[in-house]
Amino acid sequence: MIQTLSQPWPWWAGGIIIGLTVPALLLLGNRHFGISGNLRHICAAVFPSNIRFFKYDWRKESWNLFFAGGIMLGAAIAATLLADPNPVRVAPELAAELQTYGISNYDSQLPPEIFSWDSLFTLRGFVLLVVGGFLVGFGTRYAGGCTSGHSIMGLSSLQLPSLVATICFMAGGILMANFILPYILRL
Amino acid sequence: MSTQTSFLLPEEDFEVRSLDAMCINESQEQLPWYHNFKYAVVGVVFGIAFVKTEIISWFRMQEMFRFQSFHMYGVISTGVVIGALSVWLIKKFQVKTMHGEPIQFHAKKLNRGQVIGGLMFGFGWAMTGACPGPLFAILGTGVLPILIVIASALAGTWVYGAVRERLPH
Repeated sequence: MIQTLSQPWPWWAGGIIIGLTVPALLLLGNRHFGISGNLRHICAAVFPSNIRFFKYDWRKESWNLFFAGGIMLGAAIAATLLADPNPVRVAPELAAELQTYGISNYDSQLPPEIFSWDSLFTLRGFVLLVVGGFLVGFGTRYAGGCTSGHSIMGLSSLQLPSLVATICFMAGGILMANFILPYILRL
Repeated sequence: MSTQTSFLLPEEDFEVRSLDAMCINESQEQLPWYHNFKYAVVGVVFGIAFVKTEIISWFRMQEMFRFQSFHMYGVISTGVVIGALSVWLIKKFQVKTMHGEPIQFHAKKLNRGQVIGGLMFGFGWAMTGACPGPLFAILGTGVLPILIVIASALAGTWVYGAVRERLPH
């Protein structure tokens, strides 16, 4: 059982669990699935700095922080009790491309050539981690949600703004990965 | 005129969900804080699925944006189908929460933020290979350098809050 669960799960298993999160949160307490709001709640709790956007009672949204805490705990369980010792399998075309940027370590789901403290002090690592992270925070708040709030919850409740947002998420990602990222990864 | 109140009014907030939902659910306030642990339990299951289905993988995101793998398209579309079916059933049978409250849905408003902000998030998503959910999951797996991305995302959120009144919406 543990051995089967330790293998990478097929796409449909993840899709079913993510899909069922929507009714689970609604039935438990009328909560709408979303995660990026937590970044706002943390700002509101820790450094509101008299900014009106952060002046609200974040404690009433604390369920979302508990949810995020649960995600961290679940991830820790998956990485320890259900750890998969095999290298990550990657599409051969992608591996061939990444090889040309000096990325060839497939021991974990994140390449250590980018996700390490040393990488932060290289131009490539700084742009990917710091600029990329900033865009994730700024963009999700500007768009009013992320892949969870818009692409899963918003699309599930048939919201047109969420469809617009999801198309823009994908368009931005496709543009970046195919036309800009190759230059950044060569830095 | 708008400077008279320092508190953010619900109608000024484009995220109708996050502020309206908490104003409407007054009865939720009467539940003791430890009721929040049930959301943590949902989070645990969700977090395990995030890691084991490789949704936290930088490599899987690169494959998705390069159309080299069906995996992520399968995950997202299955999630939407199951979610939509659940929402349809909840609406059709007017299912209530476990505390007997009616389940409410709030219409989001279309604005330029979904386009401009959406494209910005798309750029960041392809660069870091992570959306906000996986950020928390990656930290849980013990990859501590992800704290750089989380701190930058918090900075991005904070700067958005500081400049939002001057941005087109």
